[in-house]
Amino acid sequence: MLAFNFFGATEGGLFDINATLPLMAIQVVALTYILNSLFFKPVGNVVEKREKFVSNNIIEAKNKLSEVKKLEADLLTQLQIARTEAQKIVSEAENESDKLYKEALELANNEANASKEKARLEIESQTSAARDQLSKQADDLSELIVNRLILEK
Amino acid sequence: MANWKYQTTWAGILTSWILLGALLVFISLGTKKMENDPKGLQNLLEFLWDYIRDLARTQIGEKVYRDWMPFIGTLFLFVFVSNWGGALIPWGLIKLPSGELGAPTADINTTIALALLVSLSYFYAGLSNKGWRYFEYYVHPTPIMLPFKILEDFTKPLSLSFRLFGNILADELVVGVLVFLVPLILPIPVMFLGLFTSAIQALIFATLAAYYIGEAVEEHH
Repeated sequence: MLAFNFFGATEGGLFDINATLPLMAIQVVALTYILNSLFFKPVGNVVEKREKFVSNNIIEAKNKLSEVKKLEADLLTQLQIARTEAQKIVSEAENESDKLYKEALELANNEANASKEKARLEIESQTSAARDQLSKQADDLSELIVNRLILEK
Repeated sequence: MANWKYQTTWAGILTSWILLGALLVFISLGTKKMENDPKGLQNLLEFLWDYIRDLARTQIGEKVYRDWMPFIGTLFLFVFVSNWGGALIPWGLIKLPSGELGAPTADINTTIALALLVSLSYFYAGLSNKGWRYFEYYVHPTPIMLPFKILEDFTKPLSLSFRLFGNILADELVVGVLVFLVPLILPIPVMFLGLFTSAIQALIFATLAAYYIGEAVEEHH
């Protein structure tokens, strides 16, 4: 009994140790269990579920973002390829039309030259024919003059 | 004093019942409809939960803090509610046939009970986590530490209980004396100081309890 009456306290003193001690201890242990089932577990479940939800969403969003970036890069390369291809097609078409133009030009030139030549030849032949005829007529005429002169004498 | 075993300071226990009843009502109101988007009381309780988790996690460590979080949280809430309940509610207005109502933590029995529970807890935590290797802690840097570490097992509960008891009782006495001498205005700053001390003491008690448990479960390499 004296062991619990240290500091020389008398009954009702500040340092009286009595059955309140074990009662309080039991009460606190019971309170721990009550609070665990009433407060710590349910609130913990909700908070941790939300934390998991948020972190999952963040991971998902990050995955989606990286996927989007990959798709974007893909699209850019595809665009690049398409652009070069289009350029090639355009230049090819330009070349071809150039070629066709040149061919047509050449053909037309040739034709024109040919017809010019033909016309020249014809003119030449007609000229020579005319000249022949003219010289023949001149011969005839000279013969006629000569004959007449001879007859008058 | 003849039958000390049967003597209790019923006033303190009665106060603690009233305060804990209020706490439990508050908590069960807040956790009644738990939603993923917290509203009102649930928000407050989640903040409290987060606060206690941070406290337990920083002191005890990532590995076992979950096991001890309810105990640390209960200590914090019990001490906090008792201290503030004692400081905020004018218990002196209620007359009892014997004894008087007041902060349960101003009773040395309560604080010793809490401190002994903390002692038991850290022994249990150390032994259940590390088995007999727990006693390596006593000779950890060098065996010279052994007597000091043994002494520590006695000073820890002693300092825990007397710090809390002393602070709360001193605050009550100072306010009581001031109110008796100057019943107007002057006690108010001291009362605010008391509220501050009360909150700090609850935090200190819970933090130290968590620290002792953390010390016991810590692995030395």
